[in-house]
Amino acid sequence: MSQVPQITRIQELIYELPIERVMTKDVITVSPDTTMSELKEILRINRISGTPVVEGGRLVGIVSIEDLIKALEKGDIHAPVRERMATRIITVQANESVVEAVKKFAQYKVGRLPVVNERGDLVGILTGGDITRGLLEAIGLDYHAEEISRYRARHIFEDIVSDRTGLILRYRIKARDFSGGGSASSKIKRALDRLGAPPMIQRRVAIAAYEAEMNLIIHTDNGGELIAEIQPEVIRIVATDNGPGIPDIEQAMQPGFSTAPNWIRELGFGAGMGLANIKKCSDSMKLESQVGVGTRLEIVIKVSPVISSGNSGSEAAASDGKEKP
Amino acid sequence: MITLSEIVQKLSLEVAGSEGNLERRIVAGYASDLLSCAMNRAKKDYVWVTLQSHANVVAVASLLDLAAVIITEGNRPDEETLARAQREGVSLLLTPKTTFTVVGELTALGVRGEPEPSS
Repeated sequence: MSQVPQITRIQELIYELPIERVMTKDVITVSPDTTMSELKEILRINRISGTPVVEGGRLVGIVSIEDLIKALEKGDIHAPVRERMATRIITVQANESVVEAVKKFAQYKVGRLPVVNERGDLVGILTGGDITRGLLEAIGLDYHAEEISRYRARHIFEDIVSDRTGLILRYRIKARDFSGGGSASSKIKRALDRLGAPPMIQRRVAIAAYEAEMNLIIHTDNGGELIAEIQPEVIRIVATDNGPGIPDIEQAMQPGFSTAPNWIRELGFGAGMGLANIKKCSDSMKLESQVGVGTRLEIVIKVSPVISSGNSGSEAAASDGKEKP
Repeated sequence: MITLSEIVQKLSLEVAGSEGNLERRIVAGYASDLLSCAMNRAKKDYVWVTLQSHANVVAVASLLDLAAVIITEGNRPDEETLARAQREGVSLLLTPKTTFTVVGELTALGVRGEPEPSS
């Protein structure tokens, strides 16, 4: 899931980051009178492959290791840089976004771009490596910020001291709101993820909450309320509505029994599996209903300590999907 | 394990919804048009084949963290559903073929109904 936003995040960053954030600011420059053999030493000592040529503060050219090799081939190693440098200089502005530099690298096939300010003064230099490093740093910052917020969420139960700490999420569910269906359960699942609940607990809660949410959407007169109470050891999901009520609870619990009309069945609902699915995912469930008054469904799912120490029976039943529906 | 992009290519599927994660690997497949059955049987990194194309398909895929949903028989999700898929990072793959044909082709590519036991 997290792979998707990262790709788009890089795309965003290429547009967001200004070049001055990623460029190298301490630019090593040479003068037009520097000889090619002096240039060779400057490149070697600084471990760089090219440098801008500056005369009186003004950018007059750019000279690279390729120019040096050509000079060596021609035995021209003592010539001044002025004679061997490239004078067609492609520059980028410090306040432009990184994408402008990416475009210029692709268009002109150059290895480095001198960076100038509005007045045309040389303020930095940019290579492909600078961009990569800048993007990685920016992503690292974001990643770090996300990690911290997750860490905080995870320790909420340790940070807040009480005899019984719980987090209550309350959602109003509208009747027949099929397009919004599943959004409350998605939010509950996301909260559990932030709180560091194990994936199998997240899955069980997501299934149970989804089926309860869909029941409110499909079967109630006026919708209802979905409440998730998250505690360190237990998660309780309660769905309440004010009608129409279930005439025969035992029958409603039978897998495959459904009162859904045809148009709802055509949408793929009303399989008669909702309550059966909930039962399978929960450690306990309680269904109370009175015709004309309303229904209250309470689902309890126990969190990790219970699962790791023995109660793996219901866990397996909820996850392996081997039994007949 | 086969990736989504391989399946998209070999089955000539149209990519709708989120395109970001086509390198995701598929562990197994499931086919049904009943959402509660998918909810019960499909799991993380499964591909789900159905002819349903409404917004709740995205909800189920997102809640289960499915690798993708293949929507068959030329059914097309509406704009709202596509927007939701985009938002939740759910890949919807569209095809005019029937569910039966798609499942057959997936099987031929080595996708099974259960994940292979990890060795």
